[in-house]
Amino acid sequence: MKLGLRIARRFLSSNLSQTILIILGIAIGVSVQIFIGSLIQGLQKGLVEKTIGNSSQITVSSNQDERYIYEYDKLISDIVKTDENITKISPVLDNQAFLLYDDKNQSLIIRGFDIDKPESMADGIYDISNRIVEGRMPKDENEILLGIDLKSEYGIEVGEEVDIFRTETRKIFKSTVVGFFDLKVSSINTNWAITTLDNAQKVFEAGEVITSVEIQVNEDAVFTTDEIAGKILNVIGNEGYKVVNWKEQNESLLSGLEGQSISSYMIQVFVIISVVISIASILAITVLQKSKQIGILKAMGIRNSTTSFIFLFEGLILGFFGAITGILFGLGLSFAFTKFALNADGTPVVDLYISYSFIALSGIIAVVASVLAALMPAIRSSKLNAIDIIRNN
Amino acid sequence: MGKILELKNVNKIYGTDIKTQVLYDINLSFDAGSFNSIIGQSGSGKSTLLNIIGTLDTATSGEVLIDGNNIKDMTANQLSDYRNKTIGFVFQFHYLLPEFTALENVLMPYNIQKKPVTKDVLDRAKERLKLVGLEKVMNNPSTKMSGGQQQRTAIARALMNNPKMILADEPTGNLDSDSTETIYDLLRDINLEYKTTFIVITHDRRIAEKADRIIEIKDGKINLDITK
Repeated sequence: MKLGLRIARRFLSSNLSQTILIILGIAIGVSVQIFIGSLIQGLQKGLVEKTIGNSSQITVSSNQDERYIYEYDKLISDIVKTDENITKISPVLDNQAFLLYDDKNQSLIIRGFDIDKPESMADGIYDISNRIVEGRMPKDENEILLGIDLKSEYGIEVGEEVDIFRTETRKIFKSTVVGFFDLKVSSINTNWAITTLDNAQKVFEAGEVITSVEIQVNEDAVFTTDEIAGKILNVIGNEGYKVVNWKEQNESLLSGLEGQSISSYMIQVFVIISVVISIASILAITVLQKSKQIGILKAMGIRNSTTSFIFLFEGLILGFFGAITGILFGLGLSFAFTKFALNADGTPVVDLYISYSFIALSGIIAVVASVLAALMPAIRSSKLNAIDIIRNN
Repeated sequence: MGKILELKNVNKIYGTDIKTQVLYDINLSFDAGSFNSIIGQSGSGKSTLLNIIGTLDTATSGEVLIDGNNIKDMTANQLSDYRNKTIGFVFQFHYLLPEFTALENVLMPYNIQKKPVTKDVLDRAKERLKLVGLEKVMNNPSTKMSGGQQQRTAIARALMNNPKMILADEPTGNLDSDSTETIYDLLRDINLEYKTTFIVITHDRRIAEKADRIIEIKDGKINLDITK
C-alpha cells in the first residue's frame, strides 16, 4: 500500500496542471454543495425563527367549556419535568374586551403575563421588553401596553387613560397606557393589550386562574414539538387539557420547508454525481495515460492489488485536497454572500447557517465519492496485461 | 551446469475465430549461467517465445519449467513475485518510469518487494548504476537522459534484484552501433561476473555470434541451434 501511495503521489505531482484542474473541479462541486446547503439551512432557520421564534411553540389550554385552569403552578412544574428541551414556560390569562377611546371602540385580547414576577419567562418567549418602541413594561394595577398600530390609528399617547369594556359584565375599567410594543405582526399590533397576570385576573374577576400555558423549546428541538406535545399530554392527561403545537398550526409553512429541503438535497445529489463522473472519467483517462508504466511495473512483478491501490490513492488524494479547497471556497463564497447581498438596512438578505458538521459531512462525501470514482479505474488497472503494452509498443 | 529453464512442446496460438499458430512444439532447455541469443526474422515468433519464458504470456499448450517449477501451477501473485525475484527484463524500448529518477527506477524492482530500503540496498542500486557507467546522472529524471543512458538504466534496473535470468528483447534495437557495442560488452561482463543466465533476442548476427549459443527461430520452429 505504501508503494501504491508513493507511485500515486508521483503520478499526480508529475502532471501537476492536470492534478490541479481535477482538484479544482472537485473543489467547485464541494463549494457549491456547502454554499447551497448553508443557504437553504440559513433560509429555513430564518423562516422558522421569524415565524415561531417569538411566539408560543406549544400551548396547553383547557378543553372544557370552563376555559380557566386552576392550580396552574403544579401544572407548570409537571410540564417542565416532561422534557429537557423545554426552555421557556409561561402562564397566560387571555380574555376578550373592548378598548373605548373617544367615541371609537376596538376589540382587544387582554393578555395577562406574569411579567412583573422575577421568575417570569414570558418576556423570553415574546421578547416584549425589546419590542417596546415607546414607554415601559406594565408593572402595577391597571397598567397596559398596547400595540403600536393603535397609537397611529387612534392617536393614543403614553400615560393616557383608556377604558377597557367587558361585554359579559358590562363593566368598564380604567387603564393607563404605559407604552407601545411592535411585534411586527399587524394583527397582534392592533389586537393585543399586554398587562400583568395579576391585573388580568383582577379585571376579569376570575381569581387565581390562567387560560393557557405557553411553551418554547430548545432551538434544535423545534421540529420535534409534536413529540414533546405528546409527552406533555401523557403527563397531564387529556381529560382536562388540550395541547397544541406550532406544526399543527403551520402545515403550509412546513410543507414549504420540506419542499425546499428536498430541492436542496436534489441539487446536492446531482453535484455529487457530476463530481463522481468527472473524477471517474479523468482517472479512466489517467489509466490509459499510465498504462505503459503499469505494464512495466507488472513485468517487474508488481501485484495487481498494488496497481489498484495506485488509483485508489489517486482518488483519495484528489478527493482530500479537493474537499479542503472546496470547503475554503464554499466558506469564502458564503462569507462574500453575507457581506455583499444586503438589505437596505445593511443586514444580510439571508443569514447563512454555517454548520460545521454539515461542512465536515460534505468534505467526507467528496473524499468517499472520489475513492468510489477511482474504483473503476483501479479495477481496470488491475486487469491490465503487461504483455499487451509491451507487444503494442 | 544445471538447467535453469526447460520448455516442453510449447505451442502458441493467437485468436479464437481466426487462429494463427505462432510457435510449434518448441523444446528447449537453457543452462544456468549461459549466454544465449535468439535470432530470427520479424514475425518468426521469437518475441512470443521470450514473453512465454518471462511468464508475461502463456503457452497455449506445453510446459515451461523454471528451476524445475511449472509456471502453470502458479497463482497470479506467485507469478508476480517470481518475475520480480528471478527474472530481469530489458526491452527494445527502455520502459523507464518517466515520473522517477534513474536511481528510483533502478530501486523500483526492490520497492515492489515492499521491504525497507536500507543503506546496503541503496549502495547496491548505486553500484549497478556505476556498473553501467551512470553514477554521475543517477539523480536525473529518466526523461532527461539520452537513449543509450536510458537503456543502460533499464539494464541496471534488470540487475537490481540479482535475478537468475535476464531476458532481453532487442535491447539495442533503438541505439546506434557504438552504443550497441557498449551494451553488449556490458551484458557479457555481467554474465561473467554474476553468472546470470542471459537470453537475448537480436536480429544482428554480428552480435549473436558473441553468445555461447545461437538459436534461430523460423516460422515458429527451431531452425538452428548452435552451441559454441
